[in-house]
Amino acid sequence: MNMNYTAEELAFRDEVRAFLDEKLPADIAAKVKGFRRLSKEDHQRWQKILSEQGWYATHWPEEYGGVKWTPVQKHIWDEESCRYGVPRSIPFGVNMVAPVIIKFGNEEQKQKYLPRILSGEDWWCQGYSEPGAGSDLASLKTRAVRDGDHYIVNGQKTWTTLGQHANMIFCLVRTNTEVKNQEGISFLLIDMDTPGITVRPIITLDGEHEVNEVFFEDVKVPVENLVGEEDKGWTYAKYLLTYERTGLAGIGMSKAALSHLKQLASRRLKNGKPLIEDPTFSQRIARVEIDLTAAGISNLRIIASVEGGGVPGAESSMLKVKGTEIRQAINDLARRAIGPYALPFVEEELDLNYEGEFLSDENAAPLSAQYFNNRKLSIFGGSNEIQKNIVSKMILGL
Amino acid sequence: MDFRLNEEQQMLQDTVARLVRGEYSFEKRLEFSETDLGFSADFWQQLSELGLTAVPFSEELGGFGGGGVEVQSLMAELGRGLCLEPYMQSVILGGGLIDQAGNDNQKENWLAGIASGELKAAVGLQEPQSFYDLNNVETRAEKKGEGYVLNGRKAVVIGGHCADLIVVSARTSGDTRDTDGISLFALSPDTAGVERRTYPTIDGAKGCDITLNNVQVGADALLGEEGNAADVIEYQAGRAIAALCAEAVGVMEMANELTLDYLKQRKQFGVPIGKFQVLQHRMVDMMSELEQARSMAILSASVADSEQSDERRRVLAAAKNVIGRAGQFISESGIQSHGGIGMTWEYNFAHYAKRLIAINHQLGDDDFHLERYASLLQAS
Ligand SMILES: Cc1cc2nc3c(=O)[nH]c(=O)nc-3n(C[C@H](O)[C@H](O)[C@H](O)COP(=O)(O)OP(=O)(O)OC[C@H]3O[C@@H](n4cnc5c(N)ncnc54)[C@H](O)[C@@H]3O)c2cc1C
Ligand SMILES: Cc1cc2nc3c(=O)[nH]c(=O)nc-3n(C[C@H](O)[C@H](O)[C@H](O)COP(=O)(O)OP(=O)(O)OC[C@H]3O[C@@H](n4cnc5c(N)ncnc54)[C@H](O)[C@@H]3O)c2cc1C
Repeated sequence: MNMNYTAEELAFRDEVRAFLDEKLPADIAAKVKGFRRLSKEDHQRWQKILSEQGWYATHWPEEYGGVKWTPVQKHIWDEESCRYGVPRSIPFGVNMVAPVIIKFGNEEQKQKYLPRILSGEDWWCQGYSEPGAGSDLASLKTRAVRDGDHYIVNGQKTWTTLGQHANMIFCLVRTNTEVKNQEGISFLLIDMDTPGITVRPIITLDGEHEVNEVFFEDVKVPVENLVGEEDKGWTYAKYLLTYERTGLAGIGMSKAALSHLKQLASRRLKNGKPLIEDPTFSQRIARVEIDLTAAGISNLRIIASVEGGGVPGAESSMLKVKGTEIRQAINDLARRAIGPYALPFVEEELDLNYEGEFLSDENAAPLSAQYFNNRKLSIFGGSNEIQKNIVSKMILGL
Repeated sequence: MDFRLNEEQQMLQDTVARLVRGEYSFEKRLEFSETDLGFSADFWQQLSELGLTAVPFSEELGGFGGGGVEVQSLMAELGRGLCLEPYMQSVILGGGLIDQAGNDNQKENWLAGIASGELKAAVGLQEPQSFYDLNNVETRAEKKGEGYVLNGRKAVVIGGHCADLIVVSARTSGDTRDTDGISLFALSPDTAGVERRTYPTIDGAKGCDITLNNVQVGADALLGEEGNAADVIEYQAGRAIAALCAEAVGVMEMANELTLDYLKQRKQFGVPIGKFQVLQHRMVDMMSELEQARSMAILSASVADSEQSDERRRVLAAAKNVIGRAGQFISESGIQSHGGIGMTWEYNFAHYAKRLIAINHQLGDDDFHLERYASLLQAS
């Protein structure tokens, strides 16, 4: 048993820190740390810097421009980048569709799409969920019918995160209605500019425009945009979901959020003293910090086993549940920390360039909205109920 | 023992329910929320015409002479409709403070107006540093000639943006956290030196922070005895807590009805999601939290207008604690059971969820009231 980093790992950590010290734009870090809105341009600017460093594609083989990091190195990157206020990378291109293309795509697809993901030329979104197919994803109905060199796509996707920025969408579509649900699904890459596609915003409860509905009406998609074999899309989709779930525990983000919470609680007053010295509140913080410590070690145990050649299985589902509960608990406390000021929603203070006087704390404005927005953490990427179903089936044999 | 409403109380509840159903569709509420006023002037007018703004006031004031139970019946219906009108602020709290502390002149000037709905009052008792402690007052009122000069800031005054009269606490003596030395003043927002910063709130209402900058008021602005307002404030905040608890129960009822309907309608894996035991049990928990909350709302209504005592204090603290916890549980569980649709602006559930969380931030959250209750705990 050795729970310390090796000398090489420590050297890597120093390298990461030196890079972030030098290259992370201060305005972007300030937005991330203050839970402000990031623009499309912010994401693209940072992505370019990462790409130039060769650190953008951490899940890809080197031959395609990826960086060969060990699981521990990836973990170090995650911890440090969250601590520094690096924007969450938009995963749909680099961490979702790319691994699928690399594993199941043909040579032309790799040549065409991977460089454009690295360069930031393409912004991808994920077209899995439909109004009638959420947890039961395999029941999806969006239809793709072969017509010569094309598929004609009709149907609707929903909850498409940041689809308003995207020029490409990867979709699960039904190509066969004669067989079992899972066996008639294909994986299609679709250009969002194709005629017949309409994107409509869905506003979330916090007033944000983060998700969309995407409608397809007789959309012509070239056959070469099919990944792998027709009707085999479910296998590829499941492969992708394992990628999606490993990052969802969000340990690094919880650590950053906790540190933010403690700073906030040091500034706010209760009974004339800093809130962090208040017995009730400090115990609430202590409890979530303890839980986070434990989840952090569980995360490292999974990482170490993957490094030793294991495959993260249903354990990552368990960690997703714990990790999201912890992050939601931190958001809950941040909202509680501002007391009556959880009520005002002062939108202008969300702007980093806001120069007026802050109503209460400089970081108060986004806290309630963020608490509500992050209820999504236990819903998307497979709801926490579905994750528990997976654990009870796969690990417990129930 | 009988928990049923009497005939008059039932009629009152039915009247409010009919009005809310008729005037407060979800779509209309979104529209009201987006106006500068932040609620419906028309609906307020109707509350007034039906005598509902007069419910808690004595018959001489054209009131109904209603107590905790009447207020409870009315507030629960306003909760079901997620009504945005500042009823609690103006009628219960503002009216209550003036009724208890005011002299005959002040009552004559203001109470009739509040009871008829023509005059809207707002109440500023909190401050940026006060958290939820209403005895934590830094705003100063300095004697000057016959009147006073006020300096300080009052925080998160819901309804303050459109109020005709603002009641604020200010210190005439003592230190920030002393119980003694707090006084109440009623002033017009148009008084020189009163500045309001208005904002929308997360639950769709509107409020403001009020800065008092050398605000000169006459002796007739002082409500009650100088320096002795802490008890009045505590008592009236207690009535407002009971009203909020009743409102919360209405909100929870709707939240649970919506969730239950959805569990029956929404199908995944070929069955209604209500067939999944984890969702069934969660729905049962939501229901039992609602029943806990309802019981405490009833209990708090029963003491709302009784004489102050440690027992009254305990009941109100306990009620607000239960409401805070139950509200958060129902809010979060309901969103989770809905899945993505529970997160959207367009579907009404999320707005109920937000109101429940907001209620926990008004007049003290569950932690605050747990501590208060613990401090009043009886040894046996
Ligand atoms: C903010 C946000 C962003 C998203 N981004 C994307 C995106 O970019 N692309 C995309 O394709 N999708 C996206 N999604 C969709 C997301 O994956 C789905 O919301 C999720 O799969 C749940 O589906 P649903 O919302 O239809 O809920 P439902 O599946 O209807 O679930 C409702 C409730 O029933 C429970 N439930 C369902 N089945 C079972 C069962 N068998 N046992 C026990 N409980 C069950 C669920 O856990 C949930 O509590 C996003 C969702 C959100 C909220
Ligand atoms: C102290 C004690 C005194 C008792 N006294 C009496 C008595 O006087 N007379 C008498 O007749 N019996 C008595 N009982 C028996 C008691 O009624 C049974 O223990 C009880 O009905 C549960 O049955 P079981 O122990 O066989 O557990 P099981 O029925 O085998 O249940 C095991 C677990 O499975 C869960 N479970 C079972 N079915 C479901 C389901 N459909 N959905 C979800 N969860 C489920 C249960 O909740 C439990 O957690 C007593 C038991 C105890 C412990």
